[in-house]
Amino acid sequence: MKFHASIDVMPRTEISDPQGQTIERALPGIGFESVEEVRVGKRITLTVTAEDEQEARNILNGACERFLANPVIEDYEIHL
Amino acid sequence: MTKRVAVIVFPGSNCEQDAVLALRYLGADPHYVFHRDTNLAGFDAVVVPGGFSYGDYLRTGAIAAFSPVMESIRDFAVTGGPVVGICNGFQILCEAGLLPGALRRNAGLKFRCLPVDIRVETNETPFTRMSVQGDVLEVPINHFEGNYYCDKGTLQQLEDEDRIVFRYVNNPNGALADIAGIVSAGRNVLGMMPHPERAVDPAVGGTDGQVIFSSMLAGSLA
Amino acid sequence: MTLTADEFERIKVILGREPNEAELAMYSVMWSEHCSYKSSRIHLKNLPSHGPHVLVGPGEGAGVIRVDDIAVAIRLESHNHPSFVEPVQGAATGIGGVVRDVLSMGARPIALLDPLRFGPLPTEGRVEPEVAERNRFLVEGVVSGISSYGNCLGIPTVGGEVTFEDCYSGNPLVNVMCIGVASIDAIRSATAEGPGNKVLLLGSKTGRDGIGGVSVLASATFDEAAADKRPSVQVGDPFTEKLLIEACLEMMQAGLAVGVQDLGGAGLCCATSETAAKASTGMNIDLDQVPRREPNMQPFELLTSESQERMLVIVAPANVGAALAICEKWELNASVIGEVTDTGQLVVTQNGMVVADVPAASLGDGPLYDRPATKPAWIDVLQDEDVTSHPPTEMGKALLELISSPNIASKHWVWEQYDHQVMLGTVVKPGVDAAVLRLPGAKSRLAVTTDANARFCFLDPYLGAKHCVAEAYRNISALGATPVAITNCLNFGSPEREEVMWQFIEAVKAIGEACLVLGTPVTGGNVSFYNETGTTAIYPTPVIGMVGVLAEGIEPRPMGFMNEGDVVVCIGHTEAELGGSEYARTLLGKVAGRIPALDLGLEVARADVVRAAIAKGILSSCHDISEGGLAVALVEACVFAGKGATIHPENHLAAHEWLFSETASRYLVSLKEKDLDALGEVEMTVLGKVEGDTLVIEGILEVTVDELAGCYRDAFAKAMGYHAR
Repeated sequence: MKFHASIDVMPRTEISDPQGQTIERALPGIGFESVEEVRVGKRITLTVTAEDEQEARNILNGACERFLANPVIEDYEIHL
Repeated sequence: MTKRVAVIVFPGSNCEQDAVLALRYLGADPHYVFHRDTNLAGFDAVVVPGGFSYGDYLRTGAIAAFSPVMESIRDFAVTGGPVVGICNGFQILCEAGLLPGALRRNAGLKFRCLPVDIRVETNETPFTRMSVQGDVLEVPINHFEGNYYCDKGTLQQLEDEDRIVFRYVNNPNGALADIAGIVSAGRNVLGMMPHPERAVDPAVGGTDGQVIFSSMLAGSLA
Repeated sequence: MTLTADEFERIKVILGREPNEAELAMYSVMWSEHCSYKSSRIHLKNLPSHGPHVLVGPGEGAGVIRVDDIAVAIRLESHNHPSFVEPVQGAATGIGGVVRDVLSMGARPIALLDPLRFGPLPTEGRVEPEVAERNRFLVEGVVSGISSYGNCLGIPTVGGEVTFEDCYSGNPLVNVMCIGVASIDAIRSATAEGPGNKVLLLGSKTGRDGIGGVSVLASATFDEAAADKRPSVQVGDPFTEKLLIEACLEMMQAGLAVGVQDLGGAGLCCATSETAAKASTGMNIDLDQVPRREPNMQPFELLTSESQERMLVIVAPANVGAALAICEKWELNASVIGEVTDTGQLVVTQNGMVVADVPAASLGDGPLYDRPATKPAWIDVLQDEDVTSHPPTEMGKALLELISSPNIASKHWVWEQYDHQVMLGTVVKPGVDAAVLRLPGAKSRLAVTTDANARFCFLDPYLGAKHCVAEAYRNISALGATPVAITNCLNFGSPEREEVMWQFIEAVKAIGEACLVLGTPVTGGNVSFYNETGTTAIYPTPVIGMVGVLAEGIEPRPMGFMNEGDVVVCIGHTEAELGGSEYARTLLGKVAGRIPALDLGLEVARADVVRAAIAKGILSSCHDISEGGLAVALVEACVFAGKGATIHPENHLAAHEWLFSETASRYLVSLKEKDLDALGEVEMTVLGKVEGDTLVIEGILEVTVDELAGCYRDAFAKAMGYHAR
């Protein structure tokens, strides 16, 4: 079976996110004063072939741990 | 008369001093203009220099494009004043809508700093009028996001209106149609990825970039 | 915590009571090896640190020398362990730290150099594939971290090294050197003078970054530290660093800053206590005023956090408004977090309660150890090993193999990812013996290089370390400049092991002696111990950062053969000295043998000849002969300019000894034949002529320059898994 997945990779909450902080500081200047807690990550979409959802998840967990995310500084969330 | 040139400084700009040195070398009178200032009165030309405005966060040039000075640059350009955006300056002008298209990551996914050859495709601009079409200039590039992109219609328009000013002889970044620099429809706003200010003083990088600034500084500036 | 029982007792004596949790954490990081130099200070104090050019010697954020009428700050540091845990961020934050050190002296950073050492790449087949693959990943990451951080700061990266030895697989070395300039009267010490003055904290908010980082990561061997230290990785923010540079310089130029100190290892605790101790003052710090990134941070966390891109600035009360306005202009966080006092105490409060109260000077006045040292038994065995009686069957093939070694091949793949031109000061670009920089405000230019020969130091730490200084000296001299000072980064294994301590003592002694003879005082340095994984320490690796002055009017010569018909000359005399050579490593797979002899008097005499010849303008090219010997120097000279040469072999040695020995104090130069006499009294050999498009070594090898260039230029990118461009 083919599973369509999207994976959100985000900087870990305890790790500094300079990009998010800079964007947050810039927003009020452009007129968006009510926005806060900006964090920037990336979304990866892909298709994975697996027997079932659990196997798909296992494969993607492996891919995230070893490659798609950097577990030293990033968390990831898999949506199937 | 000595031409007064505004060199814009954003937080994170880092080639503003180089632009000033190069312009002085060529006899111009450059002045830093901080991005919160909005007064460009009395300037004959504007340089938006390279660097990493706002750390290149979000997208290159995206945050700087909303700086107060950008409205003034827009007004300056509307009245025909010459504006040149170099590297990050090009990216900012694209984000601000003064030039079409966008700069994507280099095809090789690496930052590249090296001299490249660019060919002058038109000398009917305020920035190339002292060169000859077909001239090849050696000018350094220094970027991660220099891969020019625009849609087909825009490319056709750029070609039809003779607005592609420079093309790479050997494309270093995957840019569409080897584009290294373009001008606005009014021909007075230039965006280019290579750094001509690094090729002005022979002691540090050749002299092929001189012609671009000399052209800009010469003759009647509308 | 890393304090010993003795050290704990000592704290009790200082305080007259038991320390609380925050105080214990403060002493623990401040008395760590990394911050206190407790195992090395006793040896470092003997290094020569005075000279006509030295304005500020060891003990400050950076050494400072005088060139013409301006001040040049130099600093070399390591960021080894963080770069192994997370190469991109580790290398990036390493730059951040050394740049802030230079900034804290009142100087504008104008150049970076990155001496890097890794385990072998996959193409070398020297280590297990997965280890080699990890090494490749580390190179990729470290280079990308330097590129993204240094380029964003707008500071050119003008030099450095990338070398490979098996011993660095488990512990790469990521060192960074920074050069800064200032007017002489702008140079300042990072002190907190003037009770009543306010203490400003600038830059990033404080999070739980690298809590205990210096004490744990850099003061313990890797196995102990690695597993649970991942959350302490620090993410670099070059944009904020750039703003810090501009804001701090603007404050200093406006005369608003009494003292400026960066927050590096041991964070706030170190910056506050050091600045107060230097001025014999005290300081009150209110932790409630420290902007933080995370909730519920404990006092010890706020005090020892190593969150990057922060600076401490001491400002007179009347100037606080103006200082904050500069920060506002640069969109930089800034808050007043305390005040200078005359009590000598560092008093820290939170929620109105005192959470720490210690004598400021006591934190920096850590224990001092004279650790036992023993010469390792294996040294004599390795030195006696034969690396000479194995000539290659085909010399041309051997040469191509050697120039394809990642140690020898061109590193343009690396330095083209670094902005090496910004600031328009780079007169001599990377890829040659040393970089040459224009200095704003001076007529003289600065030549700068970093050098280490770890194989030599492994086989003979004393003589090897002398070679490191001598080679740096030769690199600077090859550009026509006069070396004037060094800084260093001493990368070693665990000082708690007697063999490592012996290597360290030998190397420091040798550096001191060499610097004395060569006239290059030591302006400062950095010691990085505990570079080992398992029971294997890295090779002793003292990295020398040397600067030289290139007088006005002297034009450095390129290293390549520029003119057809010039004679090719080896200045110096080649001996059979293959011990520790690149040839022995790459072609024989051996790091063994007796390393080359070194006569520092000859080193100076020959450098004088070379400098004089460059000053007279009679040399067409000049290149020092080092790794890979004469053969590699010839290849580089041919490839650099795209010209061939015909060389007559010398007969006093076997061909492979003559071509590949790494005999010291030699230069390869080319010049017009009529100018030979003008070189003056010096031992030299006319080897042949610049001609054609082939390197011909008569009766030994013939390879076209195109083929040499293909190997030399593309081998590194190929070894990194990229196709040649």
